[in-house]
Amino acid sequence: MVITIEEVRHIATLARLRLTPAEEKRFSEQLSAILDYAARLNEVDTADIPPTATVLPLQAPLRVDTVRPGPPRDVILQNAPSQEEGMFRVPPVFDEE
Amino acid sequence: MTALTDLSLLEAVDTLRRGEASSVELTRACLERMQALEPKVNAFLEQTPDLALQQAQAADQKLKAWREQGGDAPPLLLGIPIAVKDVLCTKDIPTTCGSKILEGFRPPYTATSVQRLLDDGVVVLGKTNTDEFAMGSSTENSAFGPTHNPWDLERVPGGSSGGSAAAVAARMCYAALGSDTGGSIRQPASFCGVTGLKTSYGRVSRYGLIAYGSSLDTVGGLARSAADFLPVFTAIAGYDPLDSTCMPVEVPEISLADANLKGLRIGVPNEYFIEGIQPEVEEKVRAAVDVFKELGVAVREISLPHTDLALPVYYLIAPAEASANLARYDAVRFGPRIESDELLEQYLATRGALFGAEVKRRIMLGTYALSAGYYDAYYGQAQKVRTLIKGDFDAAFQSVDMIACPVAPTTAFRIGEHGDDPLSMYLEDIFTLPANLAGVPGIAFNVGFDSEGLPVGMQLKAPHLSEPVLFQAAHAYQQATSWHEEKPSL
Repeated sequence: MVITIEEVRHIATLARLRLTPAEEKRFSEQLSAILDYAARLNEVDTADIPPTATVLPLQAPLRVDTVRPGPPRDVILQNAPSQEEGMFRVPPVFDEE
Repeated sequence: MTALTDLSLLEAVDTLRRGEASSVELTRACLERMQALEPKVNAFLEQTPDLALQQAQAADQKLKAWREQGGDAPPLLLGIPIAVKDVLCTKDIPTTCGSKILEGFRPPYTATSVQRLLDDGVVVLGKTNTDEFAMGSSTENSAFGPTHNPWDLERVPGGSSGGSAAAVAARMCYAALGSDTGGSIRQPASFCGVTGLKTSYGRVSRYGLIAYGSSLDTVGGLARSAADFLPVFTAIAGYDPLDSTCMPVEVPEISLADANLKGLRIGVPNEYFIEGIQPEVEEKVRAAVDVFKELGVAVREISLPHTDLALPVYYLIAPAEASANLARYDAVRFGPRIESDELLEQYLATRGALFGAEVKRRIMLGTYALSAGYYDAYYGQAQKVRTLIKGDFDAAFQSVDMIACPVAPTTAFRIGEHGDDPLSMYLEDIFTLPANLAGVPGIAFNVGFDSEGLPVGMQLKAPHLSEPVLFQAAHAYQQATSWHEEKPSL
């Protein structure tokens, strides 16, 4: 299993991570080694085995659907790196034209 | 006279109730020990001495009123100083998960597990160091420097709850909360010679636990003995409407007074005594099994045939879940931001610069395992093999009540020993990962020391929601031996 530098760049873009050239090289080697190790899972016959997504023996319990107060807006905004007029401030998402 | 910090948690409770020392005195003793030792140990990311003394004063008033006026006994933990791993949100107290991407974050709410302790009147001394986002086995992945093992400052305390384990071992606090996704409570408990409980999946609310691997994450903690940790477990366990994965089941009343192990059966799995295990670890763990025999436990060999697959399964499932959970660090709602006039660029720059190497590695691995064309081969296959691993436990628990095995293949390794070799570090987790994949509880405790004076840990695992038998067994062992009373010379 070889994860090429190009694949590393593609995954990094999906994961929203800017990597340095040195990191790209290192992750290419390390991810290849880890996935090589993981390849032993493919030798296991799982044709009739269902996947386990959770070990909980019950269905997730539902809480009572009643309105309860959430924290006020200024409390939620207190950690924002940038805010304006009671909102999170971010760069434009859409082009203006 | 015994130093206040040398009291066990239960002795501290008695001391408070009899009025022989106040919570303020216990708290000051812990804070003084932190001040003296923290430059060497670095167990804490954030110390909260002012808050702690306020909480201690409030506890003293309640204790005084109870002593003078009588009435119902106060909660056992009233006035007891503890520490909290920095992956649990604490309102208005900085919570970083050991990451630069949460530097300066002050949560607007408190995790349920912490809140329940606060409701009982504990004193919080501070937030303990952790591998970044709990990803690691040594606390070396903290963005704020490693924690040092109190038994040998050149060595790691284990991880990721290494700060909590070191703080308990160094007697800076009477107990500490931790989290365990693949061994993050048990392995540091083993490396630091203390007692650590990984709870059953669904037993303790995770509301306010910063998510890493959601199908594996559990909240638990550490203390100097099983008996000392029991009141913490009792306080934090139980249904919470704020966590849909927290099970609506009764928390059993666990009595240690008449813990009798006669008639219990312990299974010793062949697969956990592999080549490469440090011989002294095997020797001490087998000797501890003999102690259980003397206590009337029937011991038999068992097999958990899929054990060697737990590591690759874990290192696909946990990173896959982490890659989704850590998508929330987008520098929009919290955390520092590397400003750009373009949103995508801002994501890339902030996340690239502020996540550490191991976190980036696991996000990359998880993103790959979930990406189009690879999902079935990696994540899907790992989930199926997980079923087989869980099946091993289900089958074993048909014929035994507990499984006994080492916590880790070695005692504490040197800081820097695993260098930049992630796979060799992951192998440290081979004996702890299976319990998380199966969702079962596990307790780790000291069963002796190797020739270099480093603690060796044993692990007991039991069926889902069977914490009572783990407490009883570990307590009976600790009544019969004195390893848990050993103290590092610092």
